[in-house]
Amino acid sequence: MEPRPPESTRIGVDEWVASAAGRTSGHAGAFGLLRRLVDRVPDPARLAIFVAAAALVPVLTSDQYVLRVGFDTLIFALLAIGLNVVVGLAGLLDLGYVAFFGFGAYAYAILSSDHYGLHWPAEASVPVIVVATAIVGLLLGLSSWRLLGDYLAIVTLFFLQAFVVITTNGNDVSFLGFGGSTDLTGGPNGIPGLDPFTIFGLEIDSERGYFYLALVAASIVTAILYLAVRSRTGRAWQAVREDPLAAQLMGMPVNRLKLLAFAFGAGIAGLTGSIQSALSAGVFPDNYDVPLLITVYAMLILGGVGSLSGAILGAIVVNVSLEVLRDANQARWLFLFAILITLVAKVRPWPKLVAVLGGLVGFGYAMHAIVAATWPAGTKGEPAGGDAIGRAIQSWLIHPSHSALEIGNYAFVILLLAVLGLTLVRGVWRTVALVPTIYLAAFVWENRLIATVEAQAATRFLVLGALLIVLMAARPQGLLGSSRVEIV
Amino acid sequence: MTSKVLLELRGVSKRFGGLTVIDRLNLVVNEGEVVSVIGPNGAGKTTVFNLVTGVYPPDAGDLLLDGQSIAGLAPHRISTLGVARTFQTLRLFLNMTVKENVMAAAYGHTRANVFQSILRTPAARREERAIQALAEEKLAFFGQRLMGYRWDQPAYSLSYANRRRLEIARATAAKPRILLLDEPAAGMNPVETHEMSELIARLRDEGGYTILVIEHDMHVVEGISDRVVALDHGIKIAEGSFEQVATDGRVVEAYLGLRTAETK
Repeated sequence: MEPRPPESTRIGVDEWVASAAGRTSGHAGAFGLLRRLVDRVPDPARLAIFVAAAALVPVLTSDQYVLRVGFDTLIFALLAIGLNVVVGLAGLLDLGYVAFFGFGAYAYAILSSDHYGLHWPAEASVPVIVVATAIVGLLLGLSSWRLLGDYLAIVTLFFLQAFVVITTNGNDVSFLGFGGSTDLTGGPNGIPGLDPFTIFGLEIDSERGYFYLALVAASIVTAILYLAVRSRTGRAWQAVREDPLAAQLMGMPVNRLKLLAFAFGAGIAGLTGSIQSALSAGVFPDNYDVPLLITVYAMLILGGVGSLSGAILGAIVVNVSLEVLRDANQARWLFLFAILITLVAKVRPWPKLVAVLGGLVGFGYAMHAIVAATWPAGTKGEPAGGDAIGRAIQSWLIHPSHSALEIGNYAFVILLLAVLGLTLVRGVWRTVALVPTIYLAAFVWENRLIATVEAQAATRFLVLGALLIVLMAARPQGLLGSSRVEIV
Repeated sequence: MTSKVLLELRGVSKRFGGLTVIDRLNLVVNEGEVVSVIGPNGAGKTTVFNLVTGVYPPDAGDLLLDGQSIAGLAPHRISTLGVARTFQTLRLFLNMTVKENVMAAAYGHTRANVFQSILRTPAARREERAIQALAEEKLAFFGQRLMGYRWDQPAYSLSYANRRRLEIARATAAKPRILLLDEPAAGMNPVETHEMSELIARLRDEGGYTILVIEHDMHVVEGISDRVVALDHGIKIAEGSFEQVATDGRVVEAYLGLRTAETK
């Protein structure tokens, strides 16, 4: 730090204004404290801590399911940091991104399976796949020379759809009539029976092995991008994002930089695709479509567009919370925990918080008593999953023994209206209305959203949407993103 | 002045549809000179800058930088050859830090490609240190205003006047031979305007830059210009010292209308 000149009147001096603005922007409360602590750790140490913590997971558990979720999370993290190059750094809205992931997966399937009888080892196939995917990315990137924003988004989305159509129908391809037709992609059935990932004679054949493979890949890619961002090229990418014309007039070849960003993102997606398909041991066209795209974007947005660590955190938060929702007991935990955290963080001062929590408990027992007296079947339901917590809240939460799903449907609609109403009322009435609204939410959660396996599948995406809405209101720049201005 | 010609426009024309914005313009800027371009709104001043920097290719005529034609070259090529500019409506990289803004502009005269940067080869590291030093040097030109803690703050946190200064710092980091300043004193208060005049003089005397400047504030124009060129409707209507141009009948007419000119 430079020594600051002593100044008698600091208020209104722009240094003071700037430092005051710096103090007020997102450094208050518990989250601010956490943020300051995180900020103090040097970046390479952060990566090392993350890798060390992740590497412990297979040591602590040999549960195949946990390892598979961990592997998927790392794959998502790789996808998110690759997408971050194109969207976060170069500012190009690329909706065709997962096609590169699919391209990498299909390329691995073609090079390492019985499909064509090719069985390339990974040390040969992966470099070829990464380079080939990067070249495809380069070609799609050409569209960004003339198209920006929404236009680029549409064209790249079209590219993704074209990829899906081609892979779905690619089981009878002929090249201008030469050499007869060939089955390139296996059509709607995809290509099954892929070789396990074999690198320099080392065959990876367990979930644990794939977890470490994905972890190594994620660490290397993260380190590469970290170094790339803090370089001449990284700065130029950001300059292109901020103002392409100014960037070009300051000597940056904007078009070449856009292609480079596309190629980088695509190469990372290609690498990820080859690893992911090796574990899945098969590739199918449906796996590389819009739902995956939305999930990866949700991760990037949630973590903070433009932030490398944000992309990784986003992947962890989204994928782990989606997995947690597969189990009713864990989903209940998640719900109660989220409600409690939100209340503690947002309801101030503390007497109000105590009033809300106390009111919530009292309201629940009162409702339970009223329903038990008037309609005995209304409280005789069994909790889904039914662990200790689930049984414990049975005397607090209404749980009908029959037509719970139907009641839950109506309650869900009423809940939406209640939440809307909550945004309209002000002052003390908001606090008063909060109690029955939360109770209603708990009712809907228990009786509808996590009651059946089918409902849980839909709930996963409802929760993802709700998470994004809440985040947009509370922290538009994402969990680890830095706040941005578009026009000043 | 007998020094050599750095920038020359020979009969340059630019049309947008049926509208001729620049009509057969001849303009010469000698090395080490400060030349001001004045004219009423819509006279084509900024279009001249856009032609010189390659935002638009000229429809006719030729542009020469140190005797070499730059007409039709891509803007980043022209920038690398030694033309840098600021913008009338500020165009900073707002979400990058102050220092990054300046460092980014070193792109044109640095070489490390992305793979060398990732591997942090000795050459890349050397270059990165040079870019850092260059940025710090350019920012130090403005005294304490863009120093210290400001380096790591985002550009959007700067005040308006500091943003203008940062734009100039960014332009100089591109190592230009000629600096194009588009209304550097626009929107500034009298004190800041005065400072800007002094700054432009320092840029020429200490920085050694040749400067082509568009300015509306006649005090600034009077204070800084070796030569003044007046444009109206894309035509050069006067050229010479400030006194010559300011008293030229056609210039007064262009600014104030015909009757005023007649009654003078």
